[in-house]
Amino acid sequence: MQTTVETDPSPSGVGQPAPVVQMTGISIGFPGVKALDGVDLRLLPGEIHAVMGENGAGKSTLIKALTGVYSIDAGTITVDGTPHSFSGPFESQAAGISTVYQEVNLCTNLTVAENMMLGREPHRLGRIDTRRMNRRAGEVLDRLGLDIDARSQLGDHPIAIQQLVAIARAVDIDARVLILDEPTSSLDVDEVRRLFDVMRTLRAGGVAILFVSHFLDQVFEISDRMTVLRNGRLVGEHLTADMTQLSLVQEMIGRELEVLDRLDRAPADPAAPDPAPLMKVLGLGRKGSLEATDLTLHDGEVVGIAGLLGSGRTELARLIYGADSADGGEVEMHAGRVRLKGPRAAIDHKIAFSSEDRRAEGIIGDLSIADNMILAMQASRGWLRPVPQRTKDALVAKYIGALDIRPANPQALMKNLSGGNQQKVLLARWLITEPELLILDEPTRGIDIGAKAQIQQLVAELARDGMSVVFISAELEEVLRLSDRVVVMRDRRKIAERDNVDLEVADILQIIAGEAVSPDQDAHPVPHAEEAPRA
Amino acid sequence: MPDVRSLVRHQLMWPLLALVVLLLVNVVATPSFFSVRMQDGHLYGSLIDILRNGAPVLLVALGMTLVIATRGIDLSVGAIAAIAGAVACTSIAGSSQESATGTAIVAMSMALAVCVLLGLWNGFLVSVLGIQPIIATLVLMTAGRGLAMLVTDGQITTVNNPAFRRLGAGFVATLPVAIIVALAVLGITAVLTRRTALGMLIEAVGINPEAARLAGVRSRTIIWTVYVFAAFCAGIAGLMIASNTSAADANNAGLFIELDAILAVVIGGTSLAGGRFSLTGTLVGALFIQTLATTIPTIGIPAETNYLFKAVAVIVVCLLQSPQARAALSVTRRLSATPVKAGVA
Amino acid sequence: MSAVTVGSTSWVDRVKGYSPPQRFVPVIATFVLFVSMFGAGAVRYEGFASPQVLVNLLVDNAFLIVLAVGMTFVILTGGIDLSVGSVVALSTMIAASTLRAGWPPVLSMVTVLAVGTLLGLLMGLVIHYFQIQPFIATLAGMFLARGLCYLISVESIPIRDGMFSSLSSSTITLPGDVYITYTAVIALVVVGIAAWVLHMTRFGRTVYAVGGSEASALLMGLRVARVKVGVYAISGFCSALAGLLFSLYMLSGYSLHAVGMELDAIAAVVIGGTLLTGGRGLVVGSLLGVLVLGAIQTFISFDGTLSSWWTKISIGVLLLVFVVMQRFFSRRQS
Repeated sequence: MQTTVETDPSPSGVGQPAPVVQMTGISIGFPGVKALDGVDLRLLPGEIHAVMGENGAGKSTLIKALTGVYSIDAGTITVDGTPHSFSGPFESQAAGISTVYQEVNLCTNLTVAENMMLGREPHRLGRIDTRRMNRRAGEVLDRLGLDIDARSQLGDHPIAIQQLVAIARAVDIDARVLILDEPTSSLDVDEVRRLFDVMRTLRAGGVAILFVSHFLDQVFEISDRMTVLRNGRLVGEHLTADMTQLSLVQEMIGRELEVLDRLDRAPADPAAPDPAPLMKVLGLGRKGSLEATDLTLHDGEVVGIAGLLGSGRTELARLIYGADSADGGEVEMHAGRVRLKGPRAAIDHKIAFSSEDRRAEGIIGDLSIADNMILAMQASRGWLRPVPQRTKDALVAKYIGALDIRPANPQALMKNLSGGNQQKVLLARWLITEPELLILDEPTRGIDIGAKAQIQQLVAELARDGMSVVFISAELEEVLRLSDRVVVMRDRRKIAERDNVDLEVADILQIIAGEAVSPDQDAHPVPHAEEAPRA
Repeated sequence: MPDVRSLVRHQLMWPLLALVVLLLVNVVATPSFFSVRMQDGHLYGSLIDILRNGAPVLLVALGMTLVIATRGIDLSVGAIAAIAGAVACTSIAGSSQESATGTAIVAMSMALAVCVLLGLWNGFLVSVLGIQPIIATLVLMTAGRGLAMLVTDGQITTVNNPAFRRLGAGFVATLPVAIIVALAVLGITAVLTRRTALGMLIEAVGINPEAARLAGVRSRTIIWTVYVFAAFCAGIAGLMIASNTSAADANNAGLFIELDAILAVVIGGTSLAGGRFSLTGTLVGALFIQTLATTIPTIGIPAETNYLFKAVAVIVVCLLQSPQARAALSVTRRLSATPVKAGVA
Repeated sequence: MSAVTVGSTSWVDRVKGYSPPQRFVPVIATFVLFVSMFGAGAVRYEGFASPQVLVNLLVDNAFLIVLAVGMTFVILTGGIDLSVGSVVALSTMIAASTLRAGWPPVLSMVTVLAVGTLLGLLMGLVIHYFQIQPFIATLAGMFLARGLCYLISVESIPIRDGMFSSLSSSTITLPGDVYITYTAVIALVVVGIAAWVLHMTRFGRTVYAVGGSEASALLMGLRVARVKVGVYAISGFCSALAGLLFSLYMLSGYSLHAVGMELDAIAAVVIGGTLLTGGRGLVVGSLLGVLVLGAIQTFISFDGTLSSWWTKISIGVLLLVFVVMQRFFSRRQS
């Protein structure tokens, strides 16, 4: 595996400048998780540096360490050769490090100029000198080549412009380091171009830009160098020119270090007659999140969905379940057309969905394990028909035992459980509803290896007993280990579907990297060119 | 598990302790405070008075507890109570048989039906239109007393109906009817929330609305239900107040009762942020407020200053609750501001 | 209708450069509402259209205008202040009792203003530093102020001080034989100062920023704590000032003065187009909101056949209309 490149010519050709930021051996731990483990990062002036990694790889933790939101447990951060220990965003800002987040952190109810200047606006005779403020803001915008009226209200502009204004604010604070955290996730192709123009302008001015994006094409287009993280560890630092999409994806997803027991899973028999499908999805899509997608699901089959973050894997699951409403397409179950207009309708049709965001969309933290488990069943019965206490006790005891949930106390509060145990309770919540289709979005993310193996085992058993399972994971090994069929997603659409026969991780990687499907079509494939989301 | 139990104990311990202290103050001031005497087959005494006078606040607070558990608030209950009294009294006064029992029953049913309608209205604004609860119920809080006056034509409508009067001033089996009704509603609420799944679903919606939605909970129905229930409880309280004086005073009936009810809920340990609720806590809170109102004149302070003591109670309760807020704060602070441990080597 | 445009653009000119005209739509709507109410009154009732009736709206509601100004600051940050009515009552009590005790009127006034500001400041500190919801903290403030009133006296205390009486009765004659009181002038001055502070100072712009997004305001490095505490102090000051104006109006101090006035103030602010979730709204809107409330009352008193409770009902209906409008406005925004 390639590691730090020692002597590389500076991308902007200024010779060999000293790094403006040098992070060495950074470790950060949270209760039960090691979020970062001895990670290095260096930023040179006048370069655009991408930080790459899947969910949970430690990208955002690394950024938060640099911006002072988190304090580090070990390691050093030097800015311009001076060691710093930031204890808050302000200190990091004072050292010349500015951050623009995915969600624009400005006030839409103020003007563009105010958003750029507030806090250090020019004064005259005890009042804000509006004219000078607008003029100064206009100058900064001009310098970045942005044609925006400084006096207009920020909220009247699309998100893309707001993002650019946020950058303009950051730049005006004389930032020498600019961190852009997923700035392009809600921009259309023209807007991305505009952002890139601004980034190039800044790079030419000597600003070091840290760029985080899950769009590989954009990273290859704009970045000079990249640092790849996986599971909180540094995988490598490379010149972008030395990398291919395939090699990058390989590093990002990589091979799990932990070896799990092989699952006792009979491979799907391609010769078996095609039974009537449980569900047929035709042209399901939603503007801005998923292009029209077809999918067929059978009883007793595990369909794995592979793809990077933002590829549409989660969006597809949410649309099937009705968690978000689709703009187009239809769903058939048991050969009859159904309308799944919300979670309740989906549950009534024996569909279950476990969200990737356990904390925000799964657990009810202040309720007990028992209440959390019974919630979906109870919700579909309505409040007037409570699940009888005896049934409830029996079900809860059964699943606490079957899934090895700890503590085994049904009255323990959900918020006090570990991630793995919370996930098992959520699985139990859905299994109690006896679904025909179980959709699991990243059920093993952020949980310990033991719980992970147990959950995988469970999925295999459920499918053997006839349940249809959709299994979404960023870990390709896991997908391949469990699935009968693999659907590959990229850029918000399905790009391939393969039976899991002799399928290797490398095959999937190639498909994701775009080299097996349409090798020449997309030098710069447009992530979602059709739609231009507006505020 | 032990920490859960101690938390529950902790939440109820302080209000209970405060209540006990208040009662003790009363005993010191009036040694006969605890004595309950029997007269004409009715029980009398300070404790009975506290229970009876506290009945309307308790009723309103019960509905408020459920509303607050869903992250909501209902400011309109005082106005709804006034409307209930106005509707009932106007109906009785306008009846040809003003003193008949049937008239009272019809009038009270009508009043409660109106309250249910008003609750549906509040619930509609909150759950369907998605307006913040505090604002949505502010509308009815403002307009409600006007509506009550519209019903009574601006008069204080007095009625003469023994059956109606019994609700607020009558006795059944030695106990005031008001106490029995309030405790009955408390019991029904407890059964309704803890014997059905309503309580759990309300808490789920209050704790994590999105997770509840994805688990298939019909939060719209749940939220709608609690506003209707709150209005219904307020209606009974309004009838009780009107019955006690045999008159509907659109301007003053149930004035500030919404604030007392919110106070009772907060004192009882239910967080204004929604989630877990305690009906027992609300009972203690309501009793505390009423005992406070009784205590102040007893120890020779002008009765009106009880506002001052309520303010102190609110502040104390807030400060007792704030360690949680501070604990939450200190976690984030710890994440962001702990000194670098293995530092600048 | 041309008068409408002229009237509103003069204000637009004042604050021009900050925002495109869409921001003024709610205020313009309130203005149109006010003008059409006044127009309807002029058509229906004789003598309604006189300038004096118009000026009387200011005279009779001077205290409410000041109260609404303070409330506007609080609501712009996304908070609420329930204590204002009680603080008005407390202020009348302090003024009346200190005057009865023989204090010089100016000292009495300063005391009132200091107490109001202090109360507001305390509530702001509790709200910001203990993270207690504004609703509950100002509810405590409401009880506290009311309780302090009763502690001073349960009875009503008349004000017989010469300076207060003369201030209360003396008027300024405007062209066209229209009389205006000093209290109304003070109220207008307060509106002017508030508008200046909100639009021309960093404090004012930070008020809007906090209301727009507190988290963003923090990340932008603005002094969020100072503003969040400050608006309650301002509201407390305004309540005390309104209390002084109210004691000039009533010439008495009484614990039951201004019961429920916080609702009128909130209603005026909302009808004036300020978003209850914060970040949007103008002081001028609140002024117009008060005038609309006043016009309703005038309307009803001119009519004679309409009963007084229609005031409350129509305020409720207006509140509903504006709240629902706001809801759809903000839904479209997001």
